[in-house]
Amino acid sequence: MSDASINASTLRDDEASFGDYFALLKPRVMSLVVFTALVGLVAAPVSVNPFIAFCAILFIAIGGGASGALNMWWDADIDAVMKRTRKRPIPAGKVGSEEAMQIGLALSAMSCVMLALATNIFAGAFLAFTIFFYVVIYTMWLKRLTPQNIVIGGAAGAFPPVIGWIAATGSMTVEPWLMFALTFMWTPPHFWALALFMRSDYDDAGVPMLTVTHGRRATRLHILAYTALLAIFAIGAAFTDIGGPVYLTVAVVLNALFLRGAWQISRRDEAASETDNFKVERSFFKLSLLYLFLHFGAILVEAVLKPYGLGGW
Amino acid sequence: MSFKAEHELHTRRFGRNLGVALTLVAFIVIVFGLTVAKVTSGDMSLPTVGTEQN
Repeated sequence: MSDASINASTLRDDEASFGDYFALLKPRVMSLVVFTALVGLVAAPVSVNPFIAFCAILFIAIGGGASGALNMWWDADIDAVMKRTRKRPIPAGKVGSEEAMQIGLALSAMSCVMLALATNIFAGAFLAFTIFFYVVIYTMWLKRLTPQNIVIGGAAGAFPPVIGWIAATGSMTVEPWLMFALTFMWTPPHFWALALFMRSDYDDAGVPMLTVTHGRRATRLHILAYTALLAIFAIGAAFTDIGGPVYLTVAVVLNALFLRGAWQISRRDEAASETDNFKVERSFFKLSLLYLFLHFGAILVEAVLKPYGLGGW
Repeated sequence: MSFKAEHELHTRRFGRNLGVALTLVAFIVIVFGLTVAKVTSGDMSLPTVGTEQN
């Protein structure tokens, strides 16, 4: 069938472009996956052929994107309600939800098999587990069930450096789990700050975020508690094998700023926040993005310097 | 609805088809590159025959 056969009934102004299919893969989340997986791979104490390393990162990113597409398929109903997600390809009517599911499943299978072939079976299996964890454990099960959804679901986003490490070494040690823990403990304050200033989004969608189930005051205190725990851990990691002077400097500065932000959030009341349109909460959220990027950047610097006798202690 | 030769829909569909084509070409390049990388790095070398067995 050619385009000549198209009649008015088959024409849709909102027909998807290639970019809409790409948007299904959550490119911004993918960039975090790429970066943390790269750090996990580079920090591993073995040398990897650069092309194989490139392919490993690519397939981990595609696996992450595939789980994003499956998440959008399952959550299409609540995405349509929330302001933040309303323009995603499925609620916007560009891509059908069945189509998103098929793309997600196909890319999941392809990425796991290709990662296993490019590196080792352990890495492929771990990528499959990560996709399962994000889609089934988090998206299908916990997200709509418990206010701890973000805490447990955060594990899925924290796995990429572990996969990167396994792709390089074929084995598991404690170091990649330190990187895992960093992202895992960073996720709750990051998302709870977002929930504070997105206000009614999660209410409207019926997602049991902490702001909905325990109130905004409790959420502010939770942010402070988790940030304090994160700071202890993030600075403590400086004295392990993944740390060093560069990491320690970055961790001390960033955690001081992060703790200051969390403290300010915990002291604020709703009236003050509404007056300045959640300025403190928004800047804490922006800082959280920089926080994770710079911590992993510092781990990467330490790993790159190590062969020259400069990185680490 | 009139359907001109240069309808915007043509452009969008061409972009989609081109995207799929380039993705497939990239996949072929990756599989070829992986094969070369594996063979040259010795990952795919055949087991050596030479040890005598009793």
